[in-house]
Amino acid sequence: MTDKQKAKAYWKKNLKYLSILLSIWFLVSYVFGILLVEQLNTIRIGGFKLGFWFAQQGAIYVFVILIFVYIRLMNRLDKKFNLDE
Amino acid sequence: MDIQTWTWILVGLTFTLYIGIAIWSRASTTGEFYVAGKGVHPIANGLATAADWMSAASFISMAGIISFNGYDGSVYLMGWTGGYVLLALLLAPYLRKFGKFTVPDFIGDRYYSNVARVVAVLCALIVSFTYIAGQMRGVGLVFSRFLEVNINTGVIIGMFIVLFYAVLGGMKGITYTQVAQYCVLIFAFMVPAIFISIQMTGNPIPQLGFGSRGEDGVYLLEKLDGLHRELGFHEYTSGSKSKIDVFFITAALMVGTAGLPHVIVRFFTVKKVSDARKSAGWALLFIAFLYTTAPAIAVFSRINMIETVSNKKYDEVPEWFTNWETTGLIVFNDKNNDGKIQYVADASKNELTIDKDIMVLANPEIANLPNWVIALVAAGALAAALSTAAGLLLVISSSISHDLIKKIINPKISDKGELLAARLSAVVAVVIAGYFGINPPGFVAATVALAFGLAAASFFPAIILGIFYKRMNKEGAIAGMLVGILLMLFYMLKFKFGWFGGGTKSDWWFGISPEGFGTVAMVVNFIVSIVVSAFTPEPPENVQQIVENIRIPSGAGEAIEH
Repeated sequence: MTDKQKAKAYWKKNLKYLSILLSIWFLVSYVFGILLVEQLNTIRIGGFKLGFWFAQQGAIYVFVILIFVYIRLMNRLDKKFNLDE
Repeated sequence: MDIQTWTWILVGLTFTLYIGIAIWSRASTTGEFYVAGKGVHPIANGLATAADWMSAASFISMAGIISFNGYDGSVYLMGWTGGYVLLALLLAPYLRKFGKFTVPDFIGDRYYSNVARVVAVLCALIVSFTYIAGQMRGVGLVFSRFLEVNINTGVIIGMFIVLFYAVLGGMKGITYTQVAQYCVLIFAFMVPAIFISIQMTGNPIPQLGFGSRGEDGVYLLEKLDGLHRELGFHEYTSGSKSKIDVFFITAALMVGTAGLPHVIVRFFTVKKVSDARKSAGWALLFIAFLYTTAPAIAVFSRINMIETVSNKKYDEVPEWFTNWETTGLIVFNDKNNDGKIQYVADASKNELTIDKDIMVLANPEIANLPNWVIALVAAGALAAALSTAAGLLLVISSSISHDLIKKIINPKISDKGELLAARLSAVVAVVIAGYFGINPPGFVAATVALAFGLAAASFFPAIILGIFYKRMNKEGAIAGMLVGILLMLFYMLKFKFGWFGGGTKSDWWFGISPEGFGTVAMVVNFIVSIVVSAFTPEPPENVQQIVENIRIPSGAGEAIEH
């Protein structure tokens, strides 16, 4: 592979990771925490209504996990394409 | 010991620590002054970013706002954390690879235009000044309540401290001071929360505590919903805002967070691209400790507050009540002259007005915690306000000395001269910020929330398109930024300040509040940018090269030498 092809393949893979992770980001905050909040609120976990829990707790936990997953994925990708420093 | 002695001791100790760190890590070159020599460890940078980001608003006001608004307060929780996902995934690594000093640097180089650079500088200054005035006010508030000095004296003491370590230490000094400030503020936030959680539910983890049962065996949230119904408020766990507005406000806060210059610049301070990603992760983790605790504090303090005052005799209120009354932040007006406090939703019958800002500060007193805990909260609030003020000051001073003086007015200026200019502009900025802290224009509170809308409407699309859309040219970016920020300013002035004929809630476009309108302005910015760039020449070859280059992480080390 030439450098140019390599960079292109690397970028394509990066965009794929981004679209998957950002879909989850959208799902836990905008869908679970806002759009479907009433429906989810009929489900209860302990003292929490589920929709309310996502809006005030769950979404934040998922955000943290998403970033650390991305860090791992990209570190591996950097190694694979020999683009790490 | 009484609260005041404890407060003097803790505030004195922490301030000495900050100044000590500043002397130890003072900056001697512009590289150290702007970006700490690009040698900060990702965890240290994560800690500093967290302190930089969490302002007086996060520490003092946020839990209070949630406490009064319940579910509606979620917009701040999701909005101010979700933006870090965007930062880590879409901005930080590429801006670090680009490897300059400031956000206007990126805009100016990527769009090969000094007009774009100046537009970016103006946006950065507008956003930073609206924000910093609020911080100085927070410092004054804490001083006046806990140390019983005049609120203006408090602002001036705060000004001197910030001035000292920002001017001396630059980004290097600020970074290590912020690390210390994070530790102080998170400790101060968690200790009372854990105490109260144990007191009310027996569970030491506040995040779980507020979903547990209280002493009477009823779930806290159920009890609170019940109290709210009784007093005529909307249910705590369901909102009163429209769904579309909650959606748009959350989006504006997320995108605004990712577009704030004092946050973005922190990712220029690490060694490598992979470190930039890592520090965004650490930063969000450290922020999440406070942000997941805040809704718990909101519930605890709301229940405690209602149970302590509702329908109680005014003569028998606890001491904290009268203490806060003297600051004017609690106001009791016995409308029906029965000597009891009626706290209800109906404005014509309600006799008690409580400022949202006091919930976090008064919470330990309401729960009868020991005096040192109350003093600790004061020290934590000061740490939060000072760390953010320092970060913003640096953005203001580098915008002036680097983006305006070095890049436009006098490119031949020596490194020493530029460093002096940076320090002088920091001094001027502190004085202006202090002036606004002492004479707060009525619009400060309103504009701090709107600063996010402005950042979302101006920077975010220009940066994202600059990285992800190679064909994006200067005509498109400038047109987009101008249309975005003007549209946002128009909407804000119309519906917040009554210009252009004003308007009320029923006139809002699509039912979207000014706080959420940043999202609309951002979308318009994207559309204008793309359409205009399609009809104008594509960017020169060397700029397209830059874009290809920032997309791969290797070789970021070279940038250090530039």
